[in-house]
Amino acid sequence: MNDHHLILRVITRMLTGPILLFGLYVQFHGDYGPGGGFQAGVIFAVGFILYGIVFSLRDLRRLIPDWIIHKLVALGVLLYAGTGIVSMLLGANFLDYNPLAGTPIGGQHLGILLVEAGVGITVFAVMLAIYYAFAGRPPSLNDEDW
Amino acid sequence: MTIFEAVHQHAPMLTVLVPMLSAPIIMLFGNRQAAFAIALTASTTSFLLSLQMLLLVAQGGVISYHIGGWAPPLGIEYRIDAANAFVLIIVSSISTVVLPYARRSIADEVAARHHTLFYACYMLCFTGLLGVTATGDAFNVFVFLEISSLSTYVLVALGAKQDRRALSAAYDYLILGTIGATFFVIGLGMLYMATGSLNMVHIAQVLAEGESNRTVRSAFTFIVVGMALKFAMYPLHRWLPGAYTYAPSAVSAFLAATATKVAIYVVLRFIFSVFGIAEEFERNTVQYIMMPLAVVAMFAGSLMATFSLNAKTLLAYSSISQIGYMLLGITLLNSTGLTAGMVHLFNHALTKGALFLAVGAIIYRTGSALVPHMAGLGRQMPWTSASIVIGGLSLIGAPATAGFVSKWVLMQAAFEAGMWPIAVFVVLSSVIAVVYVWRLVEVLYLQPAPEGRSVSEVPMTMLVPIWALALASIWFGIDADFTVQASRTAAEALLAGGFGGEDATIMGTRGRP
Repeated sequence: MNDHHLILRVITRMLTGPILLFGLYVQFHGDYGPGGGFQAGVIFAVGFILYGIVFSLRDLRRLIPDWIIHKLVALGVLLYAGTGIVSMLLGANFLDYNPLAGTPIGGQHLGILLVEAGVGITVFAVMLAIYYAFAGRPPSLNDEDW
Repeated sequence: MTIFEAVHQHAPMLTVLVPMLSAPIIMLFGNRQAAFAIALTASTTSFLLSLQMLLLVAQGGVISYHIGGWAPPLGIEYRIDAANAFVLIIVSSISTVVLPYARRSIADEVAARHHTLFYACYMLCFTGLLGVTATGDAFNVFVFLEISSLSTYVLVALGAKQDRRALSAAYDYLILGTIGATFFVIGLGMLYMATGSLNMVHIAQVLAEGESNRTVRSAFTFIVVGMALKFAMYPLHRWLPGAYTYAPSAVSAFLAATATKVAIYVVLRFIFSVFGIAEEFERNTVQYIMMPLAVVAMFAGSLMATFSLNAKTLLAYSSISQIGYMLLGITLLNSTGLTAGMVHLFNHALTKGALFLAVGAIIYRTGSALVPHMAGLGRQMPWTSASIVIGGLSLIGAPATAGFVSKWVLMQAAFEAGMWPIAVFVVLSSVIAVVYVWRLVEVLYLQPAPEGRSVSEVPMTMLVPIWALALASIWFGIDADFTVQASRTAAEALLAGGFGGEDATIMGTRGRP
């Protein structure tokens, strides 16, 4: 690690935590105010992408390897659709949250929370996947890479 | 409630949901063999469910499913009538037939590390096509359209291992497809502005009550042009030859047989069920703009096919001309014409599916799709070559093939509408089809095989899907009762307008208003 960009590196270290925290806030506050999984996923990913830009993509990749990203993309979609399946199993229509908890209101809360969590995970993972794909591009491509 | 009852109650949703779930599950497993098994299971399930729904609505009637337990027009609704049940059958049956073939073909044509991804993308594309067809919500159409389109771009680009031009073809398709989708969503925005609703039934009701105005007319134009880009109406077809030529063979077959059909269905749904053809503007657009273009497409597509060197390009251009026939039937705006359009949707899916699979089989063995390189294959790959002959006959519209039935009904419709020149055009363009099909047959059977090339027939897993489609296109040419009857019911449902209106059988539980 070289000593350039000291200010950037210090500020990034300070900012990463609050960015992730804000991402979580937007995620879980989505029921009551502006926010939700999509925005939260992007903000949460920004925390990691900032780290990757200022420090190195290599370090970020060691922290979250590509295969985890790929599984997370799928996991989020599965969580979303799975919530719908559970409500089907409980005798309601697809994505009808009412039967998920004791009361319909509780069910709606739980349902939207799970669905938004699914959206958040997928958006987060997709953002990182896009960043990896662009930032990790080798300067020239081999014939084998196609 | 038994499991069967439950599945029956949720059939409209499960048809789309099962393939949709299969895509992330494939990614989580991350195993090529498992991916194939999951994809095939999901596709078969979807096919069985859509078959069940077709039986439910075959005598007319509409099924409605309220997603999330919210009743339309606020909630999202899946709505199945005879028209889209028929299209669901086309999509799911073709997918189920193509998948077993895809396994070997893809192993050969796509880089090994992309195989799992291929199945995930394929299932997403399949999901998108089913979703577009099953939904009764106009915005939902757009969402699913994007799901299918985005995954299609990836699928086309996967052909890059065979030929780098797949990348530029996929990029062309991406740009044009996105323009099409943008036009479509602009149209939806205007429609929403004019009616305040996104539910197709509700939009149709509001439009029927109110006066037509410029916003509604612009919406109509945007939606028709946007979808015309998606189904490659001449002269908006530029993306199609490249995409079908350079995509992996299984993908070409799947797309040629389903993607354009679904886009045509969307246009049908919007023209007849949402806007209705009562207004002069809508009628004129269809009759004086789309009909001439359909006729031009019939000739231009066939002519370009005649001069194509690559067999897949040839089939792609032939698709453009066949889309012309479907469109022609639709633009006649009578019941028989619509029947002709719908029946050709089905028949062309079988025929073109079989042909693309057969050419894919030749590529699998010889590594080349160029017509001159196929010399003498009639002896070395007799079964594959014979299926190309059957498919070709069906493209021409020879009696006892599916293509004949389509053209027969189309001619009837033309005479019914009092437009006998149309019937002449159909015959003339079929003559050009004879030319390009003969080119293939001549090369396959009458030219000697080059020295030293010894190829054998493709394995059974590939031959069976090819022949399933080829035999189906003979079967539905001889016994056309099922297809014509289903198409007629579909045509009546579309012409009635309003997408079934209030009286629908609600499956699952009734939504809260």
